Amino acid sequence: MTFLGDVLVLARKDLLLELRSRDTVPAMLLFVVSTLVVFHFALPSDASATAQTGLLWVALLFTALLGLVRAFVAEREERILDGLVLAPCDRSAIWLGKVIGVMAFLVAAEVVALPAYALFFRPVGWELVAAVALADVGLAAVGTLLAAMAAAGRARELLLPLLFLPLVIPIVVGGVGASATDDPGRYLAFLGLYDAVFAILSWASFEYVVTE
Amino acid sequence: MITARGLGRDFGTKRVLRDIDFEVPRGGFLLVTGPNGSGKSTLLSLCAGLLVPTSGELAVEAERGEIGYLAHEPLLYRELTALENLDLYGRLYRVPERRERIGMLLERFGLWEARRERVGSLSRGTAQRLALCRALLHGPRLLLFDEPYSGLDDAAARLLDDELGSLAGERTFVVATHAPQRVESLATAALSLA
Repeated sequence: MTFLGDVLVLARKDLLLELRSRDTVPAMLLFVVSTLVVFHFALPSDASATAQTGLLWVALLFTALLGLVRAFVAEREERILDGLVLAPCDRSAIWLGKVIGVMAFLVAAEVVALPAYALFFRPVGWELVAAVALADVGLAAVGTLLAAMAAAGRARELLLPLLFLPLVIPIVVGGVGASATDDPGRYLAFLGLYDAVFAILSWASFEYVVTE
Repeated sequence: MITARGLGRDFGTKRVLRDIDFEVPRGGFLLVTGPNGSGKSTLLSLCAGLLVPTSGELAVEAERGEIGYLAHEPLLYRELTALENLDLYGRLYRVPERRERIGMLLERFGLWEARRERVGSLSRGTAQRLALCRALLHGPRLLLFDEPYSGLDDAAARLLDDELGSLAGERTFVVATHAPQRVESLATAALSLA
């Protein structure tokens, strides 16, 4: 079986687990919609487009965090990661399979979040959709690596946000810039570059995270 | 196949294993005994390559895919069925004629009827039998079993006796157990941890 085959098998497993347990996506949906409702009432009616877009990105970031906290729950609780890392497949396939699963959960949350944002704040343009799509790659790539790292530690609920939030600040900068300025192309390119750099770094370092 | 010299492992300030020496030749059967907390599980994790020794040397002549590891936990997804779990491991461990092999193991361990049940709904003993299927699925050369009889009823324990008996000599075993009498006759060496 090829590397891609391993990735697909692992990603399919994560989607199947979520379909059966429904532990993560409903919580993400509820969280992102609730957050947007809170922001809608908290923000003054004459708030700038940048402020409105900024709050959307804050909501998306914390929704991603919610999904990532649960990303390795099954593997951690049942120590399944031991069984997976002993398999003769490339260990980065475990990371990429999980990235695909996390991205699918994020997309599911955003399918609801973006129309809700359009309803409460302002219309959603192609720039925002493109920025969110690019941000998903970076959030999932970096977040999955950090979630695996945190899963091995004791204070994992604390460790993941502490590691994740500083590393995804560039995504917020790129996302807000792409959706609230006159030059979205520059910021979308920045997001693409972030994705490429951090995906390669996460891919290459995953093996060292899941082994001693 | 496994050589340990002055092997030690610490977790923070706690020393779990200290100055352990043993050798298991190819086809050998090392029986590991000791009270709770003596480091039996840690020793197996070290042999599997899941942990790195803090001191000493450990050489294991087996690649990742050649190790069958049975831990305290069954290493199975609770939300997947028995069949789905074995199929996942079969794919990742490159098991040839996967479906036939899975079917044969499920039959042998009396799990065919439970193959479509989710692992989370299985009893402790049934999950342990499934974990044994998982550990044996890819025909490993080195088998690292941590309390393999845990949760098994008499019939399942006898089944495991037969399985170990048929594989002993052909495969290399390291078995940690609180029930050494079941495998004493197969053991070629013993290690007692304090």
